[in-house]
Amino acid sequence: MGIVVVDVMLKSEILDPQGQAVAGALPRLGFHQFTDVRQGKRFELTVEGEVTDEVLAAARSAAETMLSNPVIEDVVGVRAQQPAPQSPAAEPQAAEHQV
Amino acid sequence: MKIGVVTFPGSLDDHDARRAVRVAGGEPVSLWHGDDSLHGVDAVVLPGGFSYGDYLRAGAIARFAPVMSALIPAARGGLPVLGICNGFQILCESHLLPGAMIQNDHRTFICRDQRLRVENATTAWTSDFARGDEITIVLKNQDGQYVADQRALDELEGEGRVAFRYVVGRSVPDGPDTDAAQVTAPVKYDRFATRNPNGSYRDIAGVTNERGNVVGLMPHPEHAIEEGYGPSLDGRKFFTSVLRSLVNA
Repeated sequence: MGIVVVDVMLKSEILDPQGQAVAGALPRLGFHQFTDVRQGKRFELTVEGEVTDEVLAAARSAAETMLSNPVIEDVVGVRAQQPAPQSPAAEPQAAEHQV
Repeated sequence: MKIGVVTFPGSLDDHDARRAVRVAGGEPVSLWHGDDSLHGVDAVVLPGGFSYGDYLRAGAIARFAPVMSALIPAARGGLPVLGICNGFQILCESHLLPGAMIQNDHRTFICRDQRLRVENATTAWTSDFARGDEITIVLKNQDGQYVADQRALDELEGEGRVAFRYVVGRSVPDGPDTDAAQVTAPVKYDRFATRNPNGSYRDIAGVTNERGNVVGLMPHPEHAIEEGYGPSLDGRKFFTSVLRSLVNA
């Protein structure tokens, strides 16, 4: 079983009301170092078997047609996420296939 | 004249839209999201609500419903289509209209009687108005902030495709002619007296396509068609406009 992770963010020129709500609340908890917050979406698309280049291409296509609206959002990442490692010692690096 | 009203899972205002069609003298036809035919209707209304729960983005999933595969080419071919609120969001997601709607900038749901200015009275849905008319209909939304990039906005303005704008700053009496009694009368506090109610760029409440057959707006004309319900009868003209344009076509 493989998983493709798709990350979508609002374009920088579009106001992000959710991010602003979070940014407004952080200082009340004592977090004063964060000058801006923008909130995005993460999708995990599961497939039978491995995440092949074909699967990544399909995920990219889905990301561009449905998971994001190109008028207001950018697809900032489409990558394979390896299954959880058997033991922490042998943890492999997650394969990164950026768009 | 048959005007179809599409019901998606989560549509709320399909009944009111059908009623508005009837009041205006048209024959309303119920269309179902899962049907890939428009059943020969002469025009279509995409009503308000929260299609598919507004998950992902408002209108994003409805845009791929089977009925849309029939509606999108028909709209490109000139079929009159009116998108109200969630219907406007669906038209934007379908790229039949430019721009997109995001969450209100003040992050709260809004429900109020809203004053609008008619900016384009030549579309299939606005021809019974005159340019510059001010109307009052209901506005109720969470994701009503109209956004687009500068180029798209300039193009809309340049081509006269802004159909409606929010009228800002007309709620509180002012000026030298103001009657003293009016000033001392309690003025209802209006937090949107000096700004538009959802942060929409350039106060845009509704837009049209190049051809003028597709119109989308956030406020709800179908809630302003009958005495005793809603703030006015201004909504009727949307529906009489399209009936007249169909007769003249």
